[in-house]
Amino acid sequence: MIKGIKKWRLFSLVTALMVFLSGCGEEHLSTLTPAGQVGRDQLNLMVLSTGIMVLVIIVVLVVYLLTIIKFRRSKVGEDVIPKQVEGNHTLELIWTIIPIILLLILAVPTVIATYNLADVSGMDKKDAKGNATAVTVNVKANLYWWEFEYPDLGIITAQELVVPTKEKVYFNLKAADVKHSFWIPAAGGKLDTNVENINKFYLEFDKPSAGLEDGVFYGKCAELCGPSHALMDFKVKSLDRDDFDKWVANMQASKEAETPETDLAQQGQELFTNKTCIGCHAVSGAGTTGARGPSLATFGDRNRVAGFMEKTDENVKAWINDPEAHKPGNTMPQPEDINSGKKFTDQELTALTEYLMGLSVEE
Amino acid sequence: MSSIAQKKGFGATLWDYLTTVDHKKIAILYLVTGGFFFIVGGIEAMLIRIQLAKPDNDFVSAGLYNEIITMHGTTMIFLAAMPLIFAFMNAVVPLQIGARDVAFPFLNSLGFWMFFFGGIFLNLSWFLGGAPDAGWTSYASLSLASPGHGIDFYALGLQISGGGTLIAGINFLVTIINMRAPGMTYMRMPLFTWSTFVASALILFAFPPLTVGLFLMIFDRMFDANFFDHTMGGNTVIWEHLFWIFGHPEVYILILPMFGVFSEIFATFSRKRLFGYSAMVFATVLIGFLGFMVWAHHMFTTGLGATANAIFAVATMAIAVPTGVKIFNWLLTMWGGSIKFTTAMLYAVAFIPMFVIGGVTGVMQASAPLDYQLHDSYFIVAHFHYVIVGGTVLGLLAGLHFYWPLMFNTMLDETLGKITFWLFLIGFNLTFFIQHFLGLLGMPRRVFTYGADQGWDLFNLISSFGAIFMAVAVTILLINIVKTIAQNKAVGRDPWGDGRTLEWAIPQPVPFYNFKQTPLVRGLDTFWIEKQEGNKEGMTYAEPVGDIHMPHNSFIPFVMAFGLFVGAFGALYNGEQAWAVPVLILGLLITFLSMGTRSLKDDLGYHIHKEDLMDKKGGKH
Repeated sequence: MIKGIKKWRLFSLVTALMVFLSGCGEEHLSTLTPAGQVGRDQLNLMVLSTGIMVLVIIVVLVVYLLTIIKFRRSKVGEDVIPKQVEGNHTLELIWTIIPIILLLILAVPTVIATYNLADVSGMDKKDAKGNATAVTVNVKANLYWWEFEYPDLGIITAQELVVPTKEKVYFNLKAADVKHSFWIPAAGGKLDTNVENINKFYLEFDKPSAGLEDGVFYGKCAELCGPSHALMDFKVKSLDRDDFDKWVANMQASKEAETPETDLAQQGQELFTNKTCIGCHAVSGAGTTGARGPSLATFGDRNRVAGFMEKTDENVKAWINDPEAHKPGNTMPQPEDINSGKKFTDQELTALTEYLMGLSVEE
Repeated sequence: MSSIAQKKGFGATLWDYLTTVDHKKIAILYLVTGGFFFIVGGIEAMLIRIQLAKPDNDFVSAGLYNEIITMHGTTMIFLAAMPLIFAFMNAVVPLQIGARDVAFPFLNSLGFWMFFFGGIFLNLSWFLGGAPDAGWTSYASLSLASPGHGIDFYALGLQISGGGTLIAGINFLVTIINMRAPGMTYMRMPLFTWSTFVASALILFAFPPLTVGLFLMIFDRMFDANFFDHTMGGNTVIWEHLFWIFGHPEVYILILPMFGVFSEIFATFSRKRLFGYSAMVFATVLIGFLGFMVWAHHMFTTGLGATANAIFAVATMAIAVPTGVKIFNWLLTMWGGSIKFTTAMLYAVAFIPMFVIGGVTGVMQASAPLDYQLHDSYFIVAHFHYVIVGGTVLGLLAGLHFYWPLMFNTMLDETLGKITFWLFLIGFNLTFFIQHFLGLLGMPRRVFTYGADQGWDLFNLISSFGAIFMAVAVTILLINIVKTIAQNKAVGRDPWGDGRTLEWAIPQPVPFYNFKQTPLVRGLDTFWIEKQEGNKEGMTYAEPVGDIHMPHNSFIPFVMAFGLFVGAFGALYNGEQAWAVPVLILGLLITFLSMGTRSLKDDLGYHIHKEDLMDKKGGKH
């Protein structure tokens, strides 16, 4: 009896928790607060399947509790030999057919949604001038950073994806080294970045991300890819179409050789060039894929350092000074490897930081 | 067993176990080794939960964490759950079908020792440069990129122990097909025998893909083949397919025998025959069959395309139907019965809601578009722990209490058993229920740490807190076992009083030759029928007392498996150490020579004579 009550208590607790949680979770990260149609479709399936499943659980629990309450040996009597029932065909039919019906109710929308979410035909649509109508992003997953190339727009960025709102944004996904998985929980489900083929899908964003706590959605790597898998975060900025177009234009206009304003930053730029940083990191937004390290053209606009560290000058310095300590297994050289066996001096680090923080395409 | 231990010294007992071909002793070997690895896997689990108890924790490093999760999963599946299941299969199935042993006692021993040495080999990686770190699924691009020898230990260790599993599976298939006592038709087989039969068939078909996959992996890593190297025309997705064509049936191999154990327990402690026996058998076979049709649901996000995803989604949902049939038949078995809440029964009763939760979250994930969100998040971690811990581990604990008297002629303490049960159940739910929500809130699995203030801090802390309960529960279980062995209080035949099947009819301690006379099976639950008719002996016999043909003990299986263990070191260090190739050859030589010895030396066994049997009552050897 006590056990039965406990079970019920647990159950109502669970229900309460569900209600509590659905209003909870971080809006920029939770699958329960979808940012667009894809996430919403998936949440609807979740609500539907949870509903059906809670129904099943209730039925089972009712029979279960009645059974273990009514037929305890202490109630039935110590010496009673129960009737040895073989089975019951009607019952067997009932609990075969009803689940089949319940599953069909779930299966039909499942199949429809599976096909809908896989429809990437819009990717190839062209307008009268031969320009692509939709934004397509080539995502390349690297140990442990993300590259976002916009092939139709001739621009490239990293770590922070920028997308327009209220339209389907298409993705070509591929991994550069080992398998990763591209996941923006708030926007919709994940898709793996395989090493040998390109996976395609789309996502949608209703509103600009500016209203969110950090001004960005959180993206995650969802496939174990090595020691720093947990740190392979990225961020997503959604902009109204006008703002997005402005951002694209700024990106296209950004140049390698722009000279920064302050002396310190100029010194940083020199170091950046002389110490071969520039060999792997582009500082212009215009370009195509192929660099060995993430583009830093929007470094100053980004939300994080190295994808996951809080954006402070101290962290930029700490990162350059010892990348391995912060992101084990990453492919960025230690300072000793590019600075003739020495660490950078604090002054050099400050200069580099000043320069990098000034790299921006936004106002 | 206990009578033997009293008479012999430690050395003699050890030798006896190293050479035994007796299914009852091999069961104990499986139980002890599986139990040991269960503790090892449990310690690894505790390290995981300590690391994740708070955000940005640095209790273990990123690389070490990946080694721990890999070894936790691999150990628990291959080295704890599988052998513990084999322990019960070995201890119970031959007795349950009225056989004197399994069909191939020598192979039974070989299977165990291969598992044993494979498991030891895999775990030696901890001391020889680092454990595997690509997850228990060891996806090809990552495992090929993994530095050091961890993955080599994984591939070689699992290859050896997997061979042992395949041997054991074939052995049980043959045993159940050929060695049933007269009168035990297929539709009179107890459910545990049925589920062992189906699980063994799954092993037969599921392990070869794993073997193939592991060999390709071994060739890629050790001999520079390019099966999974896409830059050389290989393909990593092939590994995913091979792994899951094995991996999905594997989870049914883990759960089906436990369904069998639960079926026996429900019937016994409700004093009622299993409701809908034929439906239960049919459902078991159907689950086994469908188990091979759904592997790609582990790969919904791999990018197989809408049609493949839709087909596998619907096929996966279909499995819920036979599983639901089983749940309701178990409920109806208890309905109208007389339920006695022994510890074993408590586990069985708790299993129903736990497994239903694990099952329904499985159906949710079968919905492919929804799975895009749930896959590789903490939701899936919660789901598979609800089916594997809520199903398999509860089944193993139930079986441990239920079959302990059959194996050792003593009984585990019921009070301590119930304390363990409650602590374990509470801890299990605290740990894993909340993880569903962590997944929904966007937390990916296999992360060694997480940043603060992503809405995950409290839930992770609760989860880690729950793990403490489980650790305490297992500790109390160990105390219980030690106490029971120390007291060594014999309980005799049919200790539960309500035994229904043949294994409970045999005198205790079980004679080393099992049945003096082969029994005649007169129906389902044959022991129950005999008891109801007032038969004091509990059995009707199919034959008069006669000579019994027995196999000799043999040390060869141990040596054979040991050769593979030695050879594996050679393969592992190939191209790196000068001694590698000689050691590889030496190891294979040991194995092949012992195989040759076995083949060329006639061992016809021996006979226990009728006269000796007549004046013996119990199991004195």
